[in-house]
Amino acid sequence: MIAPFGFNGPVSGLLCGIGFGFILEGAGFADPALITGQLRFTNWAVLRVMLTAIVTCAVLLYGGQALGLIDFSRLFIPSVYFWGTLLGGAGVGIGMALGGYCPGTSAVALASGRLDGLVFLLGIGAGTLGFNAAYPTIKSWVYAQTGPSGLTLPQWLGAPAWMVILALAALLGLAGWLTARPTPP
Amino acid sequence: MANPRPRWNSYLAGVALGVVLFAAFLATGHGLGVTGATTGVTAVAANAIRPGLFAPGSYLAGYVRFGLNHWIEWEVLGVLIGGVAGSALGRRFAPRIDGPPRLAVWLKLPLAFIGGAASGFGARMAMGCTSGMGLSGSAPLAAAGFLFLIGFFVAGALAALPLTPLWRRR
Repeated sequence: MIAPFGFNGPVSGLLCGIGFGFILEGAGFADPALITGQLRFTNWAVLRVMLTAIVTCAVLLYGGQALGLIDFSRLFIPSVYFWGTLLGGAGVGIGMALGGYCPGTSAVALASGRLDGLVFLLGIGAGTLGFNAAYPTIKSWVYAQTGPSGLTLPQWLGAPAWMVILALAALLGLAGWLTARPTPP
Repeated sequence: MANPRPRWNSYLAGVALGVVLFAAFLATGHGLGVTGATTGVTAVAANAIRPGLFAPGSYLAGYVRFGLNHWIEWEVLGVLIGGVAGSALGRRFAPRIDGPPRLAVWLKLPLAFIGGAASGFGARMAMGCTSGMGLSGSAPLAAAGFLFLIGFFVAGALAALPLTPLWRRR
């Protein structure tokens, strides 16, 4: 059997979500002081967790592909819409600097009893309505695709995937080594 | 809650997150996300309050038609359940208003709302948030995922700079 398996139902969603929420909360990502500490460079947990997760998942995905167990043509790989992707990322970053969370972490903040997490989620709704209003005027340049569909770093750099993964692992190792001193929460 | 248990080691949490993300890819062909669900809920809720609010062809009209019974909505419900379970088992659950320690309580909620609005607008612009684009895009090594993360960290660090004094612990 070749993955992906097309398990798109409620049970699959609930199980993946429970695992995701449990890990985010366990990593301390319901705590706005901890996650915004990454933006102030006083706490490195966000970078460590995210880069470790990206490297782990990339090894499993590309390893599975090399073994013929995963059909990459059926995986969703987002395309680059240069200004939309870059400025959208900036909006989410500014949102975290101001509000203390990103969308996923605000959900686990609410789940751990934080009222400001709920208010952040309501703010996301307001921002979504704002985007709906702005969409006709900005869509032509925000959603202008740059380069081929589903462009990956190995394709862009013309390097094998294992080399890109190794470089990311080296970056993680370097960041971990440079920030190894105990950091306050 | 009294005596919260220590949070997990970051690298172990990262490996666990990578494995769950991989499981999501195996099951569905895509990764984990959040704002797909919040966008659906926003569209359906706003349309229920004011039917016909979204003109045909507008951005959210398609989300109203799409409805809520989809994998991503169930996944975010799971995130909430997992968050409750984790904080309860870790003795970290406590009703509270969190935010910058040196900001007056009555200002914390408006600031959280403004931050959420910037985040919600940005996530639609980027077609995904830190989870759906930054994490789930970067794991299959999509260039878009890394471009998102560069925008996220650079703009986030710059915006956090003037707010630093508010986050000093009391």
